[in-house]
Amino acid sequence: MTAARGQDGDEVVIRVRGLRTQFGKQVVHDRLDLDVRRGEVLGVVGGSGSGKSVLLREIIGLLTPTAGSIAVFGQETNALDDREWRALTARWGVLFQDGALFSSLTVAENVQVPLKELTRLPEDLTKDITRIKVSMTGLPDYACTRYPSELSGGMRKRAGLARALALDPEILFLDEPTAGLDPIGAAAFDDLIRGLSASLGLTVFMVTHDLDSLHAICDRVAVLVDKRVIVDTIENLMKLDHPWIRDYFHGPRGRAVEAGNTAAAAAG
Amino acid sequence: MAPDQGIGPRTSGDGWIEPEQDGEALRIVCGGRWTLPGAAPLDARLRELVTDSAVRRATLDLGRIETMDTVGAWLIERTARDLEQRGLEVSLANARDRHKPLLDEVDRVQLDMPVEEPQPNKLVEIANHAGKATFEFFNEARALLAFFGMLVIKSGRVIVQPRRMRLTPLAFHIEQTGLNAMPIVGLLSFLIGVVLAYQGATQLQQFGAEIFTVNLLGIAVLRELGILITAIIIAGRSGSAFTAQIGTMKVSQEIDAMETLGLDPIDVLVLPRILALAITLPLLGFFANMVALLGGALMAYVALDITFSQFLNQLESAIDLNALLVGMVKAPVFAFVIAMVGCYEGLKVSGSAESVGRQTTQSVVQSIFLVIVIDALFSVAFSVVGL
Repeated sequence: MTAARGQDGDEVVIRVRGLRTQFGKQVVHDRLDLDVRRGEVLGVVGGSGSGKSVLLREIIGLLTPTAGSIAVFGQETNALDDREWRALTARWGVLFQDGALFSSLTVAENVQVPLKELTRLPEDLTKDITRIKVSMTGLPDYACTRYPSELSGGMRKRAGLARALALDPEILFLDEPTAGLDPIGAAAFDDLIRGLSASLGLTVFMVTHDLDSLHAICDRVAVLVDKRVIVDTIENLMKLDHPWIRDYFHGPRGRAVEAGNTAAAAAG
Repeated sequence: MAPDQGIGPRTSGDGWIEPEQDGEALRIVCGGRWTLPGAAPLDARLRELVTDSAVRRATLDLGRIETMDTVGAWLIERTARDLEQRGLEVSLANARDRHKPLLDEVDRVQLDMPVEEPQPNKLVEIANHAGKATFEFFNEARALLAFFGMLVIKSGRVIVQPRRMRLTPLAFHIEQTGLNAMPIVGLLSFLIGVVLAYQGATQLQQFGAEIFTVNLLGIAVLRELGILITAIIIAGRSGSAFTAQIGTMKVSQEIDAMETLGLDPIDVLVLPRILALAITLPLLGFFANMVALLGGALMAYVALDITFSQFLNQLESAIDLNALLVGMVKAPVFAFVIAMVGCYEGLKVSGSAESVGRQTTQSVVQSIFLVIVIDALFSVAFSVVGL
């Protein structure tokens, strides 16, 4: 495995080059390049229909891009055979929007699915790991034996996260993790992601609409505009003079978050 | 590389332990990769760890661990807890900074968290299940009866004020459940006619009574099979469609929206469907009767050399108008039951998409069950009045 290096020496875990995505006549991405570095939390933002979720689905292999290359851990994803592909997918975890838990299984059984499918661990070790993941994601004890339909939206997301983390992935993909949560729940989820990414050394690729999340936990932000991405820290992006980016960060909601941050900084 | 692990590239350089005993102190040096792929052998090795009675203190030396994930950290934590249980003083030494957050994380884990529900006694379970199913059955019957009552009242209102009836959906459902069902109903009835004639012919030939195949066919098709087959096909085809349509609307809160706009879902959704089916099912039943007889006639000609005119003559002497009417009178009743159950199950859908599937299955099973039960009741009633 050749570890690709970015310009400033950080290891690049996801490298997208010349990506083109087309649905019929509609071009979603065109000559899109993106590097995700090891250990960073990257927020991906963009207007509705700009192809944020499409980009995520292409990286994790649920969609095939029209042209271009995607390399994860230095391995070209379209050049892998079945076995290599399965080995690669075991190195990342995905949290879908509403958790995407298997509705016929309890939370504990959901977390055990990847453990039982992809590893051969003794039964009681599997149970221990299940307990660890469930408590790591901040779910209460009783959640283990509940079915997804018996849980609230926030708890389902946490359970989905526990399943995504079951195999100790190196990359965590999140599709709008705070959508549909109340502000308190969303902030708690942000904290959870930040804490886990620090203690587990995760690289996080997060598609989001939530300006608070961007400010709170992202090291860098990728903005999808004009079929390409612009990646930078949030401070630098806010200085850019692109109409969409300006509206996004300096619109009424963006200003509110900014004002909150400055106030917090002044108070702290 | 451990061949029995499903995960490929991370399996090189497995973890290892080396216990060293020095009088009262036990030092366990841990090294290598303490990660998920090599966890199974490590787990076994750690469980075999024996301490002799002289040992008072144990130190887990983590200095030579290259990589660690949650599983590795847990194995260390579990071993430490295990040794403490045996009455030893346990300490961790030389943990690397980057491994510390993980070790702190697993330190908080409580093992009393229940992962699965305790399994109850099998016999109790069976009794429980049977009891629940019985209650469910009677509750369902009562609820369906209540729904029937409500429908009667609402239909009464529509009869008083015919303008409440919605004609566009009525026409739409007549097309959907009637016209579009003709090919499948026709094909299946035709085949039933063929099969019945052929089976009858081979049996009756033994007695030299081939011509009575026509009697068998005429009575069986007109009195029972034509309508019954049609009703079963329509229950599977249109009853399930009603449940799925209304159920999907329920999931997407369209029914709630309707009520807030002052529209009655029974008027808008249920009554047009019921009326449409009550119109189409008798027509389809008649169509099925004719096609089944046609299939039988064809088979009689091929297998028994009975010409069409012979067939018609024999048919005329074998059956009378009553045979047809006895069959046809059941059609509107079946139609009402199928449409009512379909709509009722659709309105019973709650929340999830999964529930749409469950209620649709329920709807088909229930309506076929009711159709056959009612058919049996009709037979008894007809035999009592001597038809």
